[in-house]
Amino acid sequence: MIAQENAAPVSTAATGEEYNFAYLDEQTKRMVRRAVLKAVAIPGYQVPFAGREMPMPYGWGTGGIQLSASILGPDDVFKVIDQGADDTTNAVSIRKFFERVADVETTERTSEATVIQTRHRIPEEPLTEEQIMVYQVPIPEPLRWMEARETETRKMHALEEYGVMHVKLYEDIARHGRIATNYMYPVMVNGRYVMSPSPIPKFDNPKLDRSPALHLLGAGREKRIYAVPPYTDVKSLDFEDHPFEVETWDECCGLCGSETSYLDEVILDDAGGRMFVCSDTDYCSRRRESGHLGPMAAREDLDELKGDRPAQEGGHNG
Amino acid sequence: MYVAVKGGEKAIDNAHKLLAEQRRGDTNVPELDVAQVREQLSLAVDRVMTEGSLYDRDLAALAVKQAQGDLVEAIFLLRAYRTTLPRLAVSSPIETSEMNVERRVSATFKDIPGGQVLGPTFDYTHRLLDFKLLADGEGTEPETAPEQSGPIPRVMNILTDEGLLDESRTDDENPVGDITRDPLLYPAERDVRLQNLARGDEGFLLALGYSSQRGFGDVHPFVGEIRMGEVAVSIVPEELGFEVEIGDITVSECEMVTRFRGSKEELPRFTRGYGLSFGYCERKVMAMSLVDRTLQARDMGEDLTSPANDEEFVLSHSDNVEAQGFVQHLKLPHYVDFQADLVMVRTMREKILAERDKAEKPKTEEAAA
Amino acid sequence: MPEFAYENISPGLQHPVLDSQRIFRAVLLTMSRPGTVTVLGNWPAPPSPLKPAAASVCLALADLDTPLWLESTIHSDIQTYLRFHCGCPLTQKQEDASFAVVMDGNDLPDLKKFEAGTEEYPDRSATVIIQVRELNVGRGVTLTGPGIKDSTKLTVDGLDSGFWHEFKKNSERFPLGYDVILASDTEIASLPRTVRVEV
Repeated sequence: MIAQENAAPVSTAATGEEYNFAYLDEQTKRMVRRAVLKAVAIPGYQVPFAGREMPMPYGWGTGGIQLSASILGPDDVFKVIDQGADDTTNAVSIRKFFERVADVETTERTSEATVIQTRHRIPEEPLTEEQIMVYQVPIPEPLRWMEARETETRKMHALEEYGVMHVKLYEDIARHGRIATNYMYPVMVNGRYVMSPSPIPKFDNPKLDRSPALHLLGAGREKRIYAVPPYTDVKSLDFEDHPFEVETWDECCGLCGSETSYLDEVILDDAGGRMFVCSDTDYCSRRRESGHLGPMAAREDLDELKGDRPAQEGGHNG
Repeated sequence: MYVAVKGGEKAIDNAHKLLAEQRRGDTNVPELDVAQVREQLSLAVDRVMTEGSLYDRDLAALAVKQAQGDLVEAIFLLRAYRTTLPRLAVSSPIETSEMNVERRVSATFKDIPGGQVLGPTFDYTHRLLDFKLLADGEGTEPETAPEQSGPIPRVMNILTDEGLLDESRTDDENPVGDITRDPLLYPAERDVRLQNLARGDEGFLLALGYSSQRGFGDVHPFVGEIRMGEVAVSIVPEELGFEVEIGDITVSECEMVTRFRGSKEELPRFTRGYGLSFGYCERKVMAMSLVDRTLQARDMGEDLTSPANDEEFVLSHSDNVEAQGFVQHLKLPHYVDFQADLVMVRTMREKILAERDKAEKPKTEEAAA
Repeated sequence: MPEFAYENISPGLQHPVLDSQRIFRAVLLTMSRPGTVTVLGNWPAPPSPLKPAAASVCLALADLDTPLWLESTIHSDIQTYLRFHCGCPLTQKQEDASFAVVMDGNDLPDLKKFEAGTEEYPDRSATVIIQVRELNVGRGVTLTGPGIKDSTKLTVDGLDSGFWHEFKKNSERFPLGYDVILASDTEIASLPRTVRVEV
């Protein structure tokens, strides 16, 4: 007999359907929460958890969604990005889900958010101590491509046997003259565990090192949760003669002119015309709002790319 | 409250409308009733219940209708619903030897106590399209067998009594594992393996079972018994302390017998593979019992030589809800990661081309001189 | 247990769903920023000597999957309270416990008997809640490690001075180790195994 389970479900005004607050039942949330606390206590170590089926497909963010569902509360402001953008369809879908089942306030502004769920990017704007990042992780095991078996990789982590990882990176150098891993670039956390930072570009790896924010990573299908606490050492693996470096572009963002942000390439026509724009849409539009304009900012045919829309549509709603 | 709205939302809403339209099809054709699915596509319903891990014919039929007949999608719908349900009680193990048998065959003995009961089966149909069904043909009433007089004993018990078959080990100390409540960890015990296989994709298990018969694995199985019919489900409410029947469910069960050569210490004997499903999923339970046996190789000290022996390979890839999600997630945008590769491939090509250029220039200069 | 016995149990959380979320976030805050002291608020009213803060943590995080350790001498009111509100099994074997509540920080059990996890599964370790008199930031022992920007100081009143020596040994075997939540009447601070202590 458990008195707590008889909690009243939240009836969401939009649908009239009844779900528990933030969709998950309380027992599942407690299980996820306990896993999160152990993950924080053992930075970079993958805690197994009994991931539940979510009403979205595995591979589409079910790990991140279970994390968000277990941490979000009425005081939070939630932001969801996919590829750095708030308006990609999967980001929209996940944000809508939480508006519906947790009645949570949402935002596109990085600085306003208390919880940011992401797939493949860390925002350009520096994170703060008040923020929690939630990452969607497809394959949490950084050693998986060198060793397919969980029974083996678990031993390798236990014994701190990370030789295969260095061998793999070094083979890259032998073959290509450089480390050919560009995203999901492995990191060493707190000097102990090799960890996959999820498929963020290696450009974002340095943002994890001694970050003021808490970073939680969730893999729903693989049923693992892991974490990087604030102010924790996160070093991208490298070699003395081949130090870690991030990608750079010769171009700047066509819209806001930023020379320091991660850029997406956009194909403009069949004749090979292309431009580069910030992958972080919030960062890009804040810059344009404050007067920074890139070489292509004036072009009218790029309105959709700019995310420009009539003010009332993006205004207060609900 | 501020709610972010952008173009993607409109596109999603419209995609949902288009999907609804596609599901309905030509509106001149009457809409499919969930009851029709439940009654007339019952094997689809059974598969969805089995792999969806929820015994509810109506909801499974609804899922089949909603998924437009895409059974993997229907299984996903049912699983996502199942996970929100509170767990009110844990039933006592069902007793399949008490089954009210609709079908029961054994390939190991010509006649068996209780007899062979062919029941409804595709087995001896000639696979000729029945054009009468185009015109709503009603079949003829089948003859019904006399009422079953009592429990029909399991064929496998005959072998067990003679000491020729492994006793099925029971462990009343530890609770039965549950991969929906605890993460699947390796090495996995047989209870957890069986649960994984019962939820596993029929096509995947079929292919694995088949591979073990063809020589990728060393299984020489016989169907000890297949039985399908209704069994009672009981619970023991804590406040009552005695068993109460709460209903009947239809299940299919298969037990395969496999030769075991024995070893220095052990006499030659037979081993078993087990399969169980909700409803009538005969192909599934047969495949499952083959794979259950191939996965016992480790426990029996046999060589692990083929994919069907490989516990991590089988159990990690059997779930079609997981598999379909991860395969299909590739259609989500990946342009950030692709951009990272693009930048690198371009840089590497430029570097190599420049080096080649440099290497060739002296040659052309030489030639010119 | 007969139904009437429940009538005298003191109340648990007022709004279990939202209170649990809030308590969890407070624990997460202290666990990810060791040395931070935070107040829990909306307190339950557990039987003495269990205090609202420690009770809150149990109510938010323990359940039938997490055996909880209590000293054998503990009053049965507290056992009934935790059993009823958390549904958790109670144990007197330290090594079986997922959670443990030490009622008085001056009267510690042998902490190293709590489960520290295994090399392959260091997460299978205990979280030990220790009730103390008062928590204050700014003086006392110096803490460093993940979650702490440079270093931080924490004063704990009502905690056996041998604790810090014991906890040092605990962090030395990282990634193994138990994790500690210190709880005054209404406030908590956490010491995950990553914390390095200088007395």
